[in-house]
Amino acid sequence: MHEFSIALDIVEIAVETAKANNAKTVNEVEIDVGEMSGVIYEALEFALQSAIKGTILENSKFRLNRIKAKAICNKCKHDFEPTDVMSVCTSCGSSDISLVRGKEMKVKSINID
Amino acid sequence: MCDTCGCNDNNSGYTILKIQDHDHHNEDHQEHDHNHPHNHDHHHSHPHPGHEHQPEHIHQHPESRGRIIEIEKDALQKNNLMAQRNRGYFDAKNILAVNLVSSPGSGKTTILEKTILSKDLKKKVTVIEGDQQTISDATRIHATGVQVIQINTGNGCHLDALMVHSACKELNPPENSLLMIENVGNLICPAMFDLGESFRVVIVSVTEGEDKPLKYPYMFQTSDVCLINKIDLLPHLDFDLERLKSNAARINHHIEFIDLSAKTGEGFGKWTDWLESKCC
Repeated sequence: MHEFSIALDIVEIAVETAKANNAKTVNEVEIDVGEMSGVIYEALEFALQSAIKGTILENSKFRLNRIKAKAICNKCKHDFEPTDVMSVCTSCGSSDISLVRGKEMKVKSINID
Repeated sequence: MCDTCGCNDNNSGYTILKIQDHDHHNEDHQEHDHNHPHNHDHHHSHPHPGHEHQPEHIHQHPESRGRIIEIEKDALQKNNLMAQRNRGYFDAKNILAVNLVSSPGSGKTTILEKTILSKDLKKKVTVIEGDQQTISDATRIHATGVQVIQINTGNGCHLDALMVHSACKELNPPENSLLMIENVGNLICPAMFDLGESFRVVIVSVTEGEDKPLKYPYMFQTSDVCLINKIDLLPHLDFDLERLKSNAARINHHIEFIDLSAKTGEGFGKWTDWLESKCC
C-alpha cells in the first residue's frame, strides 16, 4: 500500500503550493501517472480520498492522466510502446531496453480560486 | 499506542530504536526517537539545502474558472532529495550502503548474520533493520557484535530515505565501512523508495517459485543483484533455477545472480567477494 505514502506526498505538494499562492479553494489537482510507475491507479485514487481529509483539498477534484510507456532498445535503437514490464523489443526481441516514458508520478498543476 | 513508551503513535509514525548492550531484551528501556507526520494544515517552511525552488508558473484563463498554477513536481521528490543527501553522506564517508529487499521469510536476516560473521569480509559492518514491529531482528544482529539500529515502521510497509537519514544520525556508521540496510519484508512497496543506497540486492529463496520476478517485476527491475538463497533444498524441490534466472533477466537485463545457501555456506564466498569488490 505504498500508494498511501505517495498520496500524502501529493497532498503535501498541492497544499504547500495552494498556500503559497493564497488559494481560498483548490478546484482541481492534475497528476501525471505513468503506466510503468508501479502505482495502481485505483489504489492511488482511494488513498487520496483519505489523504485529503482535513486539508484545503477536501473538496478538490483529482485528474489523473495515464501516461503511456515508451521504450528504446539498447541493441537496435528501435523505439516502441511496451505493454508491460516484461516487454522485449518489438523489432529484435532484446530484453535490453530503456524506458524513456511511463515512470512518471508527478503533480502537474492545481487550479485555484 | 506505542508499546515502547505509551505515547500515541499515529498513522504513518515510525520509531527508531537503538539496540544497546545492557537492555536488548527489555523493550521498556530502549533509547528511542519518535517521528510523527506533521499536520498538513499548520504553517511551516521546509528549507532544502542544495537546491532552489523555481517559482511556479501561473496561467490565467479568463474563460475558465480559477487560476492554474503549474507545479511539475515529482510526487516522490521529497524522498528522492533525501535519498540523494544520504548518498552524498555515504560517498563522503566512503560507506558502501546495501539495501536488502525480499519477501518475508527468504532468509535476509540469516544472510546478514552470516555476512557479518564471515572471515572473508574485511570491512567494519553496521546495520539498519526495518520491520513493521518488534526488535527481534535487531536483537539477532546485535548478538553478532555489530552496531545496529531498528526502525519500526508502524503502519508503514517500507523504509524511506528520511527513516534511513534519522537512523544514520543515531548509528553514526564509521568511515570506510559497509552499511547493510534490511528493508521491510515486502516485494512491492520498497521498490518505489530510493534510500540513497549504493546497491539494491533482492533475495529470493528456492521455496518461493520461479515466477517471483514476473509476479513482482518492479523489485527485480530496480535491483542490481539477485541472491538465490536456500539452494541446499534444491534436491527436495521441483524448482528450476535457470527458469527463475531467465524470468528475472526478462525484467532486468543487467541483474547479476549469486546462488547460495546461508545455512550450509555453499556459494557464500561469491557473495562476500562481490561485497569486497564493491568496497574501495
